[in-house]
Amino acid sequence: MSSTQVKATQMESPSSALDKVKKFASRNGALIGLVILCLVLAFATPAFLTANNILNVGIQAATVAILAFGQTFVIVAAGIDLSVGSVAAVSSMIVAYTGASMGLPAWMTIIVGILAGAVFGGLSGLANAYLKLPSFIATLAMMSVARGLTLVISDGRPITTSGLVNFFGSNLAGIPVPIMMMVIMGIIAAVILNLTSAGRSMYAVGGNMEASRLSGISVHKTQIMVFVLSGVFAAVAGLVIAGRLHSAQPQAATGYEMDAIASVVIGGASLSGGKGRISGTFVGAILLAVIRNGLNILNVSSFWQQVVIGLVIAFAVSFDTLRRQEDAH
Amino acid sequence: MTQLSLIGVSKIFGNSTVVDNVSLTVEPGKVHVLLGENGAGKSTIIKMMSGIYQPDKGHIEIDGKEVKIPNVDAARKFGIAVIHQELNMVSQLSIMENLFLGHLPTKGGFLDRKTMRRKAEAALKLIGLDEDVSTPMSDLGVARQQMVEIAKALMQDASLLILDEPTAALTGKECRQLFQIMDRLKSKGVGMVFISHHLDEIARVGDVVSVLRDGKYIDTLPASSPESELVKLMVGRNIEDQYPRKASVLGKTLLEVRNLKSEGRINDVSFCVKAGEVVGLAGLVGAGRTEVLRAIFGADSYDSGTIVVDGQTLGKQSIASSIAAGLGLVPEDRRDQGLILEASVADNLGLATMIPTSKFGLVDRKGQKDHEEETAQKLRIRMAGIDQSAGSLSGGNQQKIVFGKWSMANVKVLLLDEPTRGVDVGARVEIYELINSITANGGAVLMASSDLPEVLGMSDRVLVMSNGSLSGEMPASEATQEKVMSLAVSHMDADGSANNEGEK
Repeated sequence: MSSTQVKATQMESPSSALDKVKKFASRNGALIGLVILCLVLAFATPAFLTANNILNVGIQAATVAILAFGQTFVIVAAGIDLSVGSVAAVSSMIVAYTGASMGLPAWMTIIVGILAGAVFGGLSGLANAYLKLPSFIATLAMMSVARGLTLVISDGRPITTSGLVNFFGSNLAGIPVPIMMMVIMGIIAAVILNLTSAGRSMYAVGGNMEASRLSGISVHKTQIMVFVLSGVFAAVAGLVIAGRLHSAQPQAATGYEMDAIASVVIGGASLSGGKGRISGTFVGAILLAVIRNGLNILNVSSFWQQVVIGLVIAFAVSFDTLRRQEDAH
Repeated sequence: MTQLSLIGVSKIFGNSTVVDNVSLTVEPGKVHVLLGENGAGKSTIIKMMSGIYQPDKGHIEIDGKEVKIPNVDAARKFGIAVIHQELNMVSQLSIMENLFLGHLPTKGGFLDRKTMRRKAEAALKLIGLDEDVSTPMSDLGVARQQMVEIAKALMQDASLLILDEPTAALTGKECRQLFQIMDRLKSKGVGMVFISHHLDEIARVGDVVSVLRDGKYIDTLPASSPESELVKLMVGRNIEDQYPRKASVLGKTLLEVRNLKSEGRINDVSFCVKAGEVVGLAGLVGAGRTEVLRAIFGADSYDSGTIVVDGQTLGKQSIASSIAAGLGLVPEDRRDQGLILEASVADNLGLATMIPTSKFGLVDRKGQKDHEEETAQKLRIRMAGIDQSAGSLSGGNQQKIVFGKWSMANVKVLLLDEPTRGVDVGARVEIYELINSITANGGAVLMASSDLPEVLGMSDRVLVMSNGSLSGEMPASEATQEKVMSLAVSHMDADGSANNEGEK
């Protein structure tokens, strides 16, 4: 702190430079936390800052990050999607089943799996938009339905996946494909949210549904769209998970929805809607993965890891809430 | 009884002095009106009186002794209570539970309903509110909820009430009820601070009025002073004409409504509005004005009827196609229906044009941005920058954003619902100038308003609604308040309640 202040006062317009630093810090709390955490871990253990370990963190972060990108659409539009873990599981199971038991060509199984994700998401969206089910309830139901169908299709046993699916868990030119998928899906999500009218409508609907409706934005279309996208992103995450395990597992991605929601929220999105950025979500997902990885390296038991993660979520969100209250004055 | 004085108080936020050396005294049994435009410092003064803010200079005296009011609890102990514009009530709970919220009477750890009911009934009787105390708050209108809030304050031994724009959401009849209660409290020695944008209320309810401008104390006058003098002090200049309507040449019919019907809300309404024309829609609250506007715009469904915009018959109930045909709606509740408060001025301005101007699903960012900047400038929206959040602007500037949204969309017919509600005098005139420029450019305006002088002053033609039907129509030049009011109550029962039977 003091060093930034000294540095700032030496500049020509000290107050504005300091203000900028402060503003940046307060708006990017999660990023600063991530940087500090990485510095601490780098000093604490030589095992952290190795190429191998960094790729490891990336692979660990990838599936949650992809789920969280999809979740960001929903949360920006003032909803929540509890079903992403189950939808990832059921769509990867559909990919494996259509390949192994129905003999569809591998490329087609992937398309079918992604469409399945879209359909499962879309059903939640329809229930939310037209049946007026709160998204929490609609996706809680879908979480159970999708997980149940995963077990029905697989009969509770893993199904081996095709080589094409396994590619999603492999390396390409020395870089893990899960990391590539994370980056690609992140860019797609950021483009949708920032550059398309559909994405901007999500912010509008999340910020004030009635004002958006009275400005000619189709609230129903937007609500369905966010869940379809979340479902598609979940299906892609499902591919990555299956690719890494070379099989679709009936219990895959159990509990991942919580990590996905946590990533979005740590990244600065508001559960009341209208706020959230893909870059923030990305930082949130990486932060969670670094914490897990760091605690693993430091030999902290996985039981304690859950405690730490819970505290980080509570801290990050209260920091953000306090900042907003300050901004409001 | 409490006498509250501010002695030379100032409040400074960052570089701006929001309240500058203000001194005034609120006497017991008197109503002290604070008058000033938005941003004049009224709410900051209230916050200092009620312990939310601390004065940076000067001090506060109660009954002649210097005191500090560190927080809201301390203010309450001094007998000071604030009745906020936004009510602090739990609408699912009953009146009596709300009255005792936070300190429910108990007996042996259990709720003591008997005591609660007895005390609550006494409290309602004190202010003359005739309601069963077990009625849920949500069943009461805004006016009655406000009265319950006043009863609650009195029950907590408040002897100085601060009423922050209590009449903003009330109908004329409800205002009169409130004023009766205020008279009653005055006779009991309760002092009151009263804030209102309605100048005509000042003489009715006030004793003295202190005028503020840009955070500075200007003067304290008897409340019976002429309105023109108060306005002059408040804005620092003469307002030659409160309603600067400039009539335009009328063109072809832009909006035609034929036989609009909606069960229980709209009874067979037909009228048209021409290019260059402002048509005022007058009537009591609940007469169906908002319903007609919303039905025309496609925001609510209706049973039958035809709506033609510039020769094009609208299909049924799609807001997007209404906008495409050239309609825009400035809704009655700007904060809930007109704006995304947390979003920027730019995003709010571009809300209606974002989708129509997008290509291949991509937002035309540059085009929108340029258009937004241009619109903000044209409408003279006062803001730190176009990225400032809309919620942090004053009511008048917020309303300009809603107008700007439709100006960007190039609407032909603008439907206005209470266009100047919660907008201060200076900004009102700017809103009226916007209306003038719409008609001067060949647009048409249909304006519903409960502010009768505004309807008479800004319209070219006045339609009066009563109980869902059109009960009269006249050129503004022939309209008087008396004529309009008698038409507005023409379909009513003697007791003033709406009567649906016997209508066509």
